[in-house]
Formats: sequence, C-alpha cells, structure tokens
Amino acid sequence: MAENVYIERDRDWQPPALTPAYRSTTFRSPNHKPLRFDQTISEIAGPTFGHDIIGELDNDLILNFAKPGEEPIGERIMVHGRILDQNARPVPGVLVEFWQANAGGRYRHKNDAYLAPLDPNFGGCGRTVTNADGYFSFRTIRPGPYPWPNGGNDWRPAHIHFSLFGSGFAQRLISQMYFEGDPLIWLCPIVGVIPDKKGIEQLIARLDMDATIPMDLIAYKFDIILRGNNSTMFENKLEGN
Amino acid sequence: MTKPNILHESPSQTAGPYVHIGCAPNFVGIQMYGGKDLASNMLDPETSGERITLTGTITDGDGKLVLDGLVEIWQADANGVYPSAADTSGTADPHFTGFGRCPTNLDTGIYQFQTIKPGQTKMRDGRAQAPHITMWIVARGINIGLQTRVYFPDESANATDPLLQSVPEDRRHTLIAHKLDDQTYQFNIVLQGDEETVFLDI
Repeated sequence: MAENVYIERDRDWQPPALTPAYRSTTFRSPNHKPLRFDQTISEIAGPTFGHDIIGELDNDLILNFAKPGEEPIGERIMVHGRILDQNARPVPGVLVEFWQANAGGRYRHKNDAYLAPLDPNFGGCGRTVTNADGYFSFRTIRPGPYPWPNGGNDWRPAHIHFSLFGSGFAQRLISQMYFEGDPLIWLCPIVGVIPDKKGIEQLIARLDMDATIPMDLIAYKFDIILRGNNSTMFENKLEGN
Repeated sequence: MTKPNILHESPSQTAGPYVHIGCAPNFVGIQMYGGKDLASNMLDPETSGERITLTGTITDGDGKLVLDGLVEIWQADANGVYPSAADTSGTADPHFTGFGRCPTNLDTGIYQFQTIKPGQTKMRDGRAQAPHITMWIVARGINIGLQTRVYFPDESANATDPLLQSVPEDRRHTLIAHKLDDQTYQFNIVLQGDEETVFLDI
C-alpha cells in the first residue's frame, strides 16, 4: 500500500479561480471551492512515460519543424533546469512538454489571427523526459510578446508554456515561464493572477551565462517545483536535515 | 500555509487557448511525434476489460460550450490496478496505459475516450472505492487545472464510496456519468453555476 501522500496544495499560493482582471475567468471559474478529500491510490499513482517515447529532435524546437537546411528566424536560446519536489528532491523520469509562439509572437494555430506572420520553419512545440537528476533542457527561439483581447491594451510578455507530470497524478501541473528583465511581466493580467510576487518570481527564468554557448545561443535557467510527499519530509526530520 | 523548509509549489498558469500546440499538436495539424499525439490511444486489441466510450462536453457559467479545452483521464485497469510503480496492489494489465488525453472538438466541444471500465480500488485505510475515473481539465480562463471524478450509474458500490458519500447529496449527481447505451457513458462538465460539477482538492 502506498504511503507517500503528497503535501496538501497551498491554495493561497496558487491563483484563485476567479481573477476579474483576466476576463476569461469570469464564466470559467467554479463558484464552489474544490472539495478536500484524503488522497487515494488514484492520486498517488500517476502515468509513466519512458525515455523511449522521445524522438531525437523532440527537445530541439530550432530543428524539429524546420525544412532540411533551414532554420526559424529569431534569437537562439536554450532553456534548462531541474524538476524538483517541495522537499528539493529531483523528480526523475517525468515528461515535460512545452509550447510557444514564434519570434514574432504568432502561434501556429488556426484560432490565432495576430498580424505577425507564421514562420515556415517553426512549429512551436517540444517535449523531453527528465534524467536521474530531474534535469531537462531544450533549444528554441525566444518567443515574441503579443497583444491579446482582454478588453484593453493587454500584451503577453514573452513566455513558454510548460506541462508537467510528476510521479503521481496529484503533481500534475501546467504553468508558464517568463524571461528575466521583461517589463511586460508586471503589466500582464494573466501573470497577475498569482497572489504573491515571490510566486511570480518563481516563474521567471534567469539568464545563465555559464551555460550560454559563445557565438551560438543564450541560456536561461528555469527550475520547477512540484508537490512533494509527506513521508520524505518525515525522513528528512529523522536525518536531521 | 506551507511549512518551513518546504519549498513552494510552482504557481499554475492557464494552459491558454492554444494548449493543443503543446499537448496535442497533430490535432491542430502540426505534424509531430510520428503523427501520434500523446495518450490519444489507451488500448490495444489485448486489453482486458469491458470496452466503453466516455464522452461529453464542458460548459461555462454563461451556458456556452468550451471549445478550447483539454481533458485528461487517469484510471485503474479492469482489476483495479494502476499502471504505476506507486500501485503495489497487483500487476497492472500491460496492455492498458491508464492515461488518456483528448481536446474538446474545436467546433462541437465534444471530447471522447475509448477506454475500459475500471475495477474497484481501495482507500489507504482499506475501504473500497467504487469504480471511477480521475479527470483533469484545463482551458483558457482556468487558472489551475480542475480535477474531478467520473463514477458510473447502477454501481452498488457507489452507495458506500467514501468520496461520493462525502459530497453534499444535492451535488453528488454531478460526479455520476449517464449511460447512453450499453457501452457509452456521457459525462458533461459544468464549470460554474447551479449544476456546477464538484471539483476536488486532493
């Protein structure tokens, strides 16, 4: 019987359902608070995806949609970091998916009608599985900011969407990554749904000159924290950590 | 409040209206991953269990269909075992993934899974749980993924299922699918309002 129950989700740290400045939440936010219930195997267990599902170019958005011999337009970057749990332990062997607009701020999607052009060499999606240290990395083009209909002059800061699986379905999370120094971060109503400034800072990738490759690409470091389990916390206490 | 020495979970952000690009690229015509979207198929011809179709829609508080949603399901196999290292109650069916993912149709709003009816599982204290499927929903305007459970009608075990019994009686029906025919179950999600689906914080 599994005993590694996950730490209760801190709903004051996470965004509330209704955030009027982000207008799409008006009719899509439940009125009721979610019902608390003891974790069961249904939440403690989670789907597993082996390294064998990952193709050679799945984590290379510079090449994974480009025509042979061509590449997308834009700033070449690498994003890398670790998936950790709340006990700072690496989460190995879990699937990380990412998607984004192109350098002009346009998504390859039939519902995106923004003026900026599609890039014929950029699809905008990729995926990878973390290694034993919880580490992941991918190459891409820095996405552009773009305007969006929210009732005013609203612009999304440059961002990359992340979908994360942990070991248990209770850890499932979708979020977004922003770039250090972008002034649009602090103006965005979607970023603004996060109650605490420190929470927003958790989603801002840092320029990483150590991993930057001279004459090639700029690196950004981005760590992600998933729910941790209580039994690990107990072990930590026994070890005096 | 999170305890000292425990890190904060990264905050959630909406999956946005273009979630397909990352989670189901082939569904929107982006040829990736050998043409097969992750978890678009849960079964193979040798999967044990009763084949079922699980289908439905997502409706918002204004009565409008959600056309940009993504639905994920996670469930035990026909014997009530999850295909996960965390489930040590038995050996899971190697022909069943337990995990499915389906966007709502961009025009009709309908999602649909071909799966099997799950078996019973147990609570950690040993009490039986009625057969159920965990469901997780994201879309534009949803700040953090909404989790719920799909139960089956005409299951005597529902009467003693600890989670169902903890739900206020007037809302319990929102967690029980409707049987459309011998093998098709309909589970419509209502995000907000009088018939709001019960969402879970587990």
